[in-house]
Amino acid sequence: MHNNKYLRDEIIRISGADVSKCMRCGKCSATCPAYDEMEYHPHQFVNMVECGDIEPLLNSESLYKCLSCFACIDRCPRGVQPAKVVEAVRLTAIRKQGANHITADDIPAVVDADTPQQLLVSAFRKYTK
Amino acid sequence: MQRVGVFVCWCGSNIAGTVDVEAVSEALKSEPGVVFSTNYQYMCSQAGQDMIKDAVKEHNLTGIVVCSCSPRMHEATFRKTAAAAGLNPYMVEIANIREQCSWVHKDVLTGTEKAIILGKAAVAKVNLNTPLIPGESPVTKRALVIGGGIAGIQTALDIADAGFEVDIVEKKPTIGGKMAQLDKTFPTLDCAACILTPKMVDVAQNEKIRIFSYSEVTEVQGFVGNFDVTIKKNARYVKEEICTGCGACVEKCPMKKIPNEFNLGMDNRSAIYIPFAQAVPKVATIDPNACNMLKNGKCGVCSKVCAAGAIDYTQKDEYINEKYGAIVVATGFNPISMDKFDEFAYNQSKDVITSLEFERLTNAAGPSAGKLVRPSDGKHPHTIVFVQCVGSRCESCAEKGKEYCSKICCMYTAKHAMLTRDKYPDTEVYVFYIDVRTPGKNFDEFYRRAVEEYGVKYVKGMVGKVTPEGDKLKVQASDLIANKQLHIDADLVVLAAAIEPDKSARPLATMLTASMDTNDFFTEAHPKLRPVESPTAGVFLSGACQGPKDIPETVSQAGAAASKVIGLLAKDKLTGNPCVANSNELMCNGCSSCANVCPYGAISYEDKEFRMPDRTTKVRRVAVVNPAVCQGCGACTVACPSGAMDLKGFANSQIMAEVDAICK
Amino acid sequence: MQVNEYKPLIVAFCCNWCSYAGADLAGNNRLAYPADVKIIRVPCSCRVNPMFILRAFQRGADGVIICGCHPGDCHYTSGNYYTRRRMAALFSMLDYLGIEKERTRVEWVSAAEGAKFAATMNDFAKTVASLGENKRLEDLRCKK
Repeated sequence: MHNNKYLRDEIIRISGADVSKCMRCGKCSATCPAYDEMEYHPHQFVNMVECGDIEPLLNSESLYKCLSCFACIDRCPRGVQPAKVVEAVRLTAIRKQGANHITADDIPAVVDADTPQQLLVSAFRKYTK
Repeated sequence: MQRVGVFVCWCGSNIAGTVDVEAVSEALKSEPGVVFSTNYQYMCSQAGQDMIKDAVKEHNLTGIVVCSCSPRMHEATFRKTAAAAGLNPYMVEIANIREQCSWVHKDVLTGTEKAIILGKAAVAKVNLNTPLIPGESPVTKRALVIGGGIAGIQTALDIADAGFEVDIVEKKPTIGGKMAQLDKTFPTLDCAACILTPKMVDVAQNEKIRIFSYSEVTEVQGFVGNFDVTIKKNARYVKEEICTGCGACVEKCPMKKIPNEFNLGMDNRSAIYIPFAQAVPKVATIDPNACNMLKNGKCGVCSKVCAAGAIDYTQKDEYINEKYGAIVVATGFNPISMDKFDEFAYNQSKDVITSLEFERLTNAAGPSAGKLVRPSDGKHPHTIVFVQCVGSRCESCAEKGKEYCSKICCMYTAKHAMLTRDKYPDTEVYVFYIDVRTPGKNFDEFYRRAVEEYGVKYVKGMVGKVTPEGDKLKVQASDLIANKQLHIDADLVVLAAAIEPDKSARPLATMLTASMDTNDFFTEAHPKLRPVESPTAGVFLSGACQGPKDIPETVSQAGAAASKVIGLLAKDKLTGNPCVANSNELMCNGCSSCANVCPYGAISYEDKEFRMPDRTTKVRRVAVVNPAVCQGCGACTVACPSGAMDLKGFANSQIMAEVDAICK
Repeated sequence: MQVNEYKPLIVAFCCNWCSYAGADLAGNNRLAYPADVKIIRVPCSCRVNPMFILRAFQRGADGVIICGCHPGDCHYTSGNYYTRRRMAALFSMLDYLGIEKERTRVEWVSAAEGAKFAATMNDFAKTVASLGENKRLEDLRCKK
């Protein structure tokens, strides 16, 4: 069942989340504002990582659709932290690819006064190693 | 010096097969204090026991060592034998040379060697044994039941039925508890009031039962059989004996805008009130925080309209002291607060309600006279969403919810959903569940009927958020089976809130020195074999104060608790375990170390006068162990820094002697 | 017979409700463990005074093991928690005095765990035997 134990353990280590605590209630997916954009939903991330079924996640667009809004972390009754699992998978994918996709120098060109700071933080979180 | 007799048992070949019993009895002959030593095929048989009795008489023995099977097997047998021979039963020691010797060792030489050492240890111990006499204490033949819900009511009725007096202390103005607020009960759907109110009347009419309503327990002293309890009767400003419960005062009271607790604040009551029509006792109570007369002396309408003259604005809280033999805790539960679950918008919309509020909404005696309407605008809801496990099974959010399963929610939600579909077939009913847990007689059938016959839509998933928008509630949820996110425009959202023990339970547990778990549920003496007793002797548990329970379970536990109480009250005297701690007051310095570790609250302190060497006297604080409460664990003996505390039957000197005998 | 073979002397304190019953169960199932283990029955593991353990080592015991109910299962609700704390402190002190940590142990054995009792005793006896005789605290005046 654990078809990629090494990746699984690595993702769990990076995320710091305990996926075995999940009781399959689906509140993370119920609360997710990016749900419709995602091919794999937050609860599936948790479940698939737990099962070691990681390849499909690494190749999925869903990684970059997650807004990192952390609503799922806030609402999860078991403290599983699905967003951190998503992020860990994302980080693993990026580490496989090489370069950072965003640097500090890129920021002034795209930023304006209305850009929330969290967006910048999340962008760095998502697109850098 | 003791005169010890040693009796080595062969147990057929069980012991004699790997232990040379002859050698054992011979070797023990030369031990200090041993005046007689023998062996026999079956020591526990009648002939063997007679042999012991004869030897006691013949050799004038003061102590007995039996080398045989485990003391868990035949210690009681040989103690009886000793008693029959005129010895104190606690002058018997067993050396376990079967289970812990002959059965685990194959070699005769090692077996015999070990058996001799075990025998020596037992002889060394018995040399230091002293006759022990179990303490006796009288039993007050009256029980106290704390809490007047269905658990307390049933316990009180059962105890009274056996002929003992019972007092019920209830902090609300009426007994009945949560069950009185319910509409129908699962899985048979009989109406709660129809089955509860006759029981309430039975309680009121039973000569053996006294009800202290609007009262609370403020102090508990004493121990099993002899509790000394102080009950505070709060002033209700109405003379209970005179009030007829006619309700004229309630009607005329000008202060009518007080949120009605009985209907969970969904409608209003007056400052003087009777919680509900079938209240027991049916007596009015004045809310001192709302009454104008009590707050600033202006009004007095109720006393004018009261034909019986029962109103008394000068009434004071009254303290009653009473003695009890047994105490039953039946403090029950409450739904947890929904304040911290922002995602469900409980505080933002009146149309997001808890299940208990839903009960009141559908109850014929409730704020809407049984018509299911939205609390905000009184309109009939067409789409209802039920959310299960709100705050239950919540591990991460200790400050919000509870880690345990609240057990009753699956069933009452199925009931609510079914009744709604039955009465209002035009409503759409969704139930969001994580798991449906229905272990109970006819429970799963009930849930399946809700789905199959009544068309309730059960969705595996959880509601993520509820947003009030216009007069609708936007519900965003996940359907894990269809792998979809659902968006439902609901008219009413019902939250199955987790249940928690009543807040009064924690201070009560401290008063009773009864233990509790981290969730404030009372701990039972044994989770399987003694489920209705608290580890504290004489304290019994009934209903949801011990863990989440539905009505049938509560009633059966209430009956079980009552039978335990009856068993206790039926005794004239309680015989204790004589192997209890005792403090040498000459050595005790009153440091409280022992009382701090005692799980039973058996240790108290007394100021005692001591004569000093210079003929003066000095008052010192010393520990006193109550032998009726002490269970003999010995935690205090180790905690005692001055070595004053010792355990009878397992004294420091005795265990030390055993260690010495083994290590020789 | 090998007269000179070293046999450790092990004192086991077993609580009456769980571990002593567990030892009985080991006997009932005829699960062998070394005869070097001698059991002393106490009402609760928390009855074991550090004094008893010191005395055992003083008198030449090579290892001391205390067995109690599993945490949360104590017959007296909290006795084994006291044991755990007290023994942690005592054992580290003994370690400092030269009684190796391997010579002392606290184990939880329930009344249903006869097999665990035997296995624990086998393992403990082996460990203690490998350490050899306890000479640190032994008081030679106690030897006859």
